[in-house]
Amino acid sequence: MPTIAVDKAALYAALEREYTTEEFDELCFEFGIELDEDTSQSTKPEDVGKPPQLKIEIPANRYDMLCFEGIALNLRVFLGREKLPEWKLSKPAGEPETLTISEETAKIRPLCSGVVLRGINFTQERYDSFIALQDKLHQNLARQRTLVSIGTHDLDTIKGPFTYEALAPEQIEFIPLNQKQKMNAKQLMEFYDKDKHLGRYLHIIRDSPVYPVIYDSNRTVLSLPPIINSNHSKITLNTKNVLIEITALDKTKVEIVNHMLVAMFSGYTESIEPLKIVSPHNNESREAPDLTPRLMQVEVDYLNQVTGLNYTPEEQSKLLERMGHTVTPSKSDSKLLDVSVPINRADILHQADIMEDFAIAYGFNNLPRVYPNKSSAVAAPLPINNLGDIVRFEAAAAGWSEVMPLILCSHEENFEWLNRKDDGKTAIKLANPKTAEYQLVRTSLLPGIMKTINSNRHHAVPIKVFEVSDVGFIDMSQERKTRNERHFAAAIMGKTSGFEQVHGLLDRIMLMLKAAFITRDDGLKNEKLEGYWIEEVDDPTFLQGHAAAIKINIAGKRHTIGVFGILHPSVLQKFELPYPVSTVEINLEVFL
Amino acid sequence: MAGGTRGPVPVPLESHSANVTQDVLNLLDSKEPLHSSDDFPTIPQPEIKAALDRLASRSMVEYETSDTEEVTLTAEAETIVADGSHEYKVWDAVKQAGKIPIKELPKIVGADSAKVGQGNAFKNKWIKKDGDSLVLVANEVQDTTRDVLAGIKDTKALSDTKLLNDLKKRKLVTLSKVISYTVKKGPKYAKEIPVEVTDLTADMIASGSWESANFKPYNFNALGASQGAGALHPLNKVRQEFRNIFFSQGFVEMPTGHFVDSGFWNFDALFVPQQHPARDMQDTFFISDPVKADKPRADPDIDAQLDAMEAGSRRLFASDEKRQVKPRNYEQYFKNIKEVHQDGAFDSIGYRYPWSEDETLRLVLRTHTTAVSTWVLHRLAEDPRPARYFSIDRVFRNETVDATHLAEFHQIEGVIADFGLTLGGLMKFLETFFSRMGIDNLRFKPAYNPYTEPSMEIFGWHGGLKKWVEIGNSGMFRPEMLEPMGLPKDMRVYGFGLGLERPTMIKYGVSNIRDLLGHKVDLHFISNNAAVRLEKN
Repeated sequence: MPTIAVDKAALYAALEREYTTEEFDELCFEFGIELDEDTSQSTKPEDVGKPPQLKIEIPANRYDMLCFEGIALNLRVFLGREKLPEWKLSKPAGEPETLTISEETAKIRPLCSGVVLRGINFTQERYDSFIALQDKLHQNLARQRTLVSIGTHDLDTIKGPFTYEALAPEQIEFIPLNQKQKMNAKQLMEFYDKDKHLGRYLHIIRDSPVYPVIYDSNRTVLSLPPIINSNHSKITLNTKNVLIEITALDKTKVEIVNHMLVAMFSGYTESIEPLKIVSPHNNESREAPDLTPRLMQVEVDYLNQVTGLNYTPEEQSKLLERMGHTVTPSKSDSKLLDVSVPINRADILHQADIMEDFAIAYGFNNLPRVYPNKSSAVAAPLPINNLGDIVRFEAAAAGWSEVMPLILCSHEENFEWLNRKDDGKTAIKLANPKTAEYQLVRTSLLPGIMKTINSNRHHAVPIKVFEVSDVGFIDMSQERKTRNERHFAAAIMGKTSGFEQVHGLLDRIMLMLKAAFITRDDGLKNEKLEGYWIEEVDDPTFLQGHAAAIKINIAGKRHTIGVFGILHPSVLQKFELPYPVSTVEINLEVFL
Repeated sequence: MAGGTRGPVPVPLESHSANVTQDVLNLLDSKEPLHSSDDFPTIPQPEIKAALDRLASRSMVEYETSDTEEVTLTAEAETIVADGSHEYKVWDAVKQAGKIPIKELPKIVGADSAKVGQGNAFKNKWIKKDGDSLVLVANEVQDTTRDVLAGIKDTKALSDTKLLNDLKKRKLVTLSKVISYTVKKGPKYAKEIPVEVTDLTADMIASGSWESANFKPYNFNALGASQGAGALHPLNKVRQEFRNIFFSQGFVEMPTGHFVDSGFWNFDALFVPQQHPARDMQDTFFISDPVKADKPRADPDIDAQLDAMEAGSRRLFASDEKRQVKPRNYEQYFKNIKEVHQDGAFDSIGYRYPWSEDETLRLVLRTHTTAVSTWVLHRLAEDPRPARYFSIDRVFRNETVDATHLAEFHQIEGVIADFGLTLGGLMKFLETFFSRMGIDNLRFKPAYNPYTEPSMEIFGWHGGLKKWVEIGNSGMFRPEMLEPMGLPKDMRVYGFGLGLERPTMIKYGVSNIRDLLGHKVDLHFISNNAAVRLEKN
């Protein structure tokens, strides 16, 4: 969630009253934003002696609150200090400014929108807020400028009509913002390669044969979206008329961004004028932006039912105004409200969103808390969890301690360190882990158990631990191409191997799961004879001659469910364990 | 087990100490009471005490402890007692010689005595200056310093506190605390410690010797024997408490047995747009092998399992009325999800972006178990009826690990589906749910969540911290999530969730999550934590 810092004195002035920190916190809580910090209470050196700020966390879908202006406006409306303004386009004195989009842009960044703000009155604070809002929109909605990017220009330094083109990088030449020397776009890429701020956006266009670029009628470059504007058309505190161009991949988001900029900053301007977009090749020719509020209808009963209230359409309309909506009971149907959703409320998608606003305006915590549900279900545990619990309780009752290591582990821990080979068809591998600690989903409980014992090496031996949890496997027959398997594993580390201890624990668990011990011969002879047996197995994880496979006949089928033995000394060395360790691991799924 | 901390009082084996015990018994036979400082002046106090404790625990002696302050002479004071004070030495030297040049004095009496003694001898009017030399004033003198110190040497005390402080300042005496014991015979006094038995044995019962046996006293101040007990993990103990709460409210456990899910179930079906920040590489673990899921399709095994689990509920609510079951249409569901994102549907304008099938089929480690709730709700659309589901299982986030974040943790999730649910009803339900954990006071804050509307963060009053703390999230699932499944418009579904680790950390006072989950957990922490009783503090 984005956090916005606003000047405390200025915000309280805008809200026409003073608040204690607690009072303002309460207001935020009711409205659904969060006061993170009031820096007047801070003792941090960077805050001391500066005008106090309020740091406010904004819900991720409220793009209209990403700056001081938006927070002040929405809270003023919520408090009933004003009605949300109606944003309207003014007719320009002459012809509207025009921007023509060339078809070539389809290769890299096909969409462009924009608006002209006339007679803007910047102060340092407003200017800073204007820049900061663009930055926040770039970070959030625009997904680091990939989907949308904004360029703002002093209209009096350039001359329309404008063109949005896509050209080879070498053909684009200009002085970038706040630079002195002219460079072409190819050189510019090198120039900003190491730049902390801009370097991370270069990849968006770097490898494209053509770069997007906006020119005025004198072939003066306005910007190289989504990287940087030209120095020529830079806005300053003295700028009176602003041209905003917004290039994008996403048709919806480009207009949302346009709406946000207009809604937040037109209050400082004399007029909002359209930008005529000429883009016949993709049917995107239009006058931008469209500031008409979106009309929708909302069911009166729905608002009442979900909130448990019984409000008349008129009462509902009045409450919804506090959230910025213009609402009138429908003339054609008494069960409906006509709601006009203002341009700043891009988060309203469905009448559910209006219902939430209704509930917020009423106050979540004032809603009648009555539980309407009279019917009940019959509880049921998941069978595999029940089975796992049986094994957990029995292992603990036998004197072993439960551990809970992580599911993710490194490739080495899961394979090489256990002397196991990766056949490439077993383990689920992660594409983007931040550390080598998390490379795959474990296929065995042993690595985690070994690591836990390692962390507890200083404890007196014997150490006896167990785990009942899931491992994961690739399984191409499944919809998700993978499956989990519930395992039980235990390990003992002591001065002697503890082989007979894990063997005894296995016997105990089998007894509790009603699996009888039978001889290998009997088990092999007759699949119908239920029971388990063990047989020596050659397994490189274990010391030769001291490992046994665990076999079981269950429901007429023969399974190998696991293995136990004395860990091979090379395994101990890898996990840095000083004493001999014996382990047992079985798959519990067959007992379901 | 290391000796001495548990079980009966150990009988010290060292011969030296044993001798002290015997010496006390021997001497008491002829002299009573004993005073340790007089009768055993050379034996260190701790040894005396050990011997007396051992005897007292058997009622063979009784003793009283007294603290006294003792004045002892320093090495310098000892020489004064032997040779006289510095001033006396100076006076004596002058007396012997009749007249001594001041410069010569250190050579005769030593530098220290010359320096200190000269001044004191002047002050006492024993000697005076005569030009550059010292001559006698008094023919006879009394060396009081020496006499006082000699007295202290005998009595180890001085009643004149002013003088005592003066001597302390002059570094002639030091004060030390002395603990001494006055010892008398106890009711079971004997000249020797009788033979003792440590425990009752089967042989003693068989032979009857227990009747005359002298049992060694038990140390009731120590802990009992270590049990070498097994233990369940604290996190799983808390998990079980939560499961019990859910079961008591009629919830059915959801099949969460797959860590890997498709973007479809984890995100798209939940109306999380494909460009949502949660789907960034920084937040979600993507799977490189295998790469791509199938489109959603039937899973007969899991269906059969849930059918079996819900059989009880079906029997209970069975009626003669034939229920209409409308089999799931996965293809339609997939199309609906695409439409509701890309073009808008089900009375929603949607997000209006080109929806990618590749993106929805990417495999991820599930970031929440709500992915499973989605699957279960889609199943519910076959026969929409009141239902309650829950799960507690592991989820994964590609987080940078720190004291409060791990790449894995446990999500507790509850879902209630019914007709005519209200927002206040959810609050009421959560009040009862959290009251089971001893949290009675709840507040709700409007919040944003892509798949719930309204979304409410749950705050509980933390008595210890004296502030409202966020304890969970809740809301009603969006129509854009429910209606594409085929659930009727008037069926509403509550969803709520919280982490398992956070309440457990508060419960056990753990400040670093790595001390609770993962391989770095201390085994003592696992074995020595009390049972969880959520309703108690």
